[in-house]
Amino acid sequence: MRPVAGADEGAARVGIRVDRDSCAGSGVCALFEPRFFDQSEEDGLVLPRVREAAPEALPALRAAAARCPAGAITLVALDARESAARDRAD
Amino acid sequence: MTQSFELQVDKRRSLLDPVPELLEISARAPLSKAPGGMPGWIATGREVVRQILGDSERFSNVPPPEPGGRKLDQHEGSLLHIDPPEHGRLRRLVAPMFTVRQMRRLEPMMERIVADHLDVLERAGQPADLMRHFARPVSGLVLAEILGLPRDDLPELSRLSDYRAAGHSARRKPAATAYFRHFEQLVADQRRNPGEGLVGTLIREHGDGVTDEELAGLCEGIANGSIENTAEAIALGTLALLLHPEQLALLRERPELMDRAVEELLRYVSVVAVVSPRTALVDVAIAGEVIKAGEVVSCSVLAANRCPHGDGVADGLDIARQESANHLALGHGNHFCLGAGLARVQMRIAFAGLLERFPGLRLGAGVEELRFRLLAPQFGIETLPVAW
Repeated sequence: MRPVAGADEGAARVGIRVDRDSCAGSGVCALFEPRFFDQSEEDGLVLPRVREAAPEALPALRAAAARCPAGAITLVALDARESAARDRAD
Repeated sequence: MTQSFELQVDKRRSLLDPVPELLEISARAPLSKAPGGMPGWIATGREVVRQILGDSERFSNVPPPEPGGRKLDQHEGSLLHIDPPEHGRLRRLVAPMFTVRQMRRLEPMMERIVADHLDVLERAGQPADLMRHFARPVSGLVLAEILGLPRDDLPELSRLSDYRAAGHSARRKPAATAYFRHFEQLVADQRRNPGEGLVGTLIREHGDGVTDEELAGLCEGIANGSIENTAEAIALGTLALLLHPEQLALLRERPELMDRAVEELLRYVSVVAVVSPRTALVDVAIAGEVIKAGEVVSCSVLAANRCPHGDGVADGLDIARQESANHLALGHGNHFCLGAGLARVQMRIAFAGLLERFPGLRLGAGVEELRFRLLAPQFGIETLPVAW
């Protein structure tokens, strides 16, 4: 697993990681990218709707991560094996 | 003009724009020693401002004592002036009341209040003061609904808030005290008989886990954001559109641009021109400078949002632009505006309502007659005469 930083990510699936300890409950992610993010009714903090997404979602996810005022969203590139392993585990 | 009324450069405006001196400071460096009359540093670059506001480990929000060792009038529940971990604990109490989903639930209430005040504005006759008949009562009544505040309290709160905005006036301090008393009273009433609003909900859910002073402080912060910042965002956003008739026409023609327009107007107007000062807790190397422990930084949101940054993005009002969503008008970091979603929804409903009700909406006075509030914590306008 490696952080998604560069422009060319190939065809790797994108893992969505959130840090609820830093989340400020701003709702920016849930407002602008409701396909991927929600907020808990209990504490107002982020709840990702999915744990990974297709590479096509990368621009939207990257914008959401950049806009998060608390820096609580991290994207990671998952290689095919990791992704498959997770599918089995889930 | 006496020295004490010399306004610092990051609060001055040329109509809605940053003044040339601020543009010059920003063009020289993203972080500079503050010019005369201001302590510490001034951050004007977008990335530097983001870094500082995003770094609550090395920068504190606790205000430095005023000259002479006086402490600012502040209260325990004021989210603005505290650091982690207390900040996170209090913020998490109220964050669930400001989620995107909760804002959607509140939309019909806001639609109703806006519709009522479009009527009020229309009945006031031309030219009508959009601030007095629309922006202030709308944001005030929404606040009252959210907190569970008696709506009869609003005129008095608004009056006290005006005095507080008067900067150095002798009335400021007693007004600030009386303003806070309102919220203490609200909390005392709700402790006895918890209602449906935010205060009653917090009392029911957390009981003694939250103190009266914390509750009153939270209410005060939320009230400031509403009756001051949101009212100004509605009025100044409308003014920005009226000053750019081609943008107003575009928004009428393409109402689907409304969400982008709200972001662009937030950026362009930058109601909170400079956020509460940060104090370095340790020496911080940033942007080729070292901010020493104990030194204060003013983060100029106005400069970060409006000064050219050499990235080829022009500053002019453009409601169709996509990148305005990266503005810092609502802050950044753990102190990001709690009511951001609430402000956005109110702005959207208010602008849409004004455009629909008044097809010929225009300024009802000459631009040179407009009077702005420069001493208040946020940029504001005294009255906004409109005709239609």
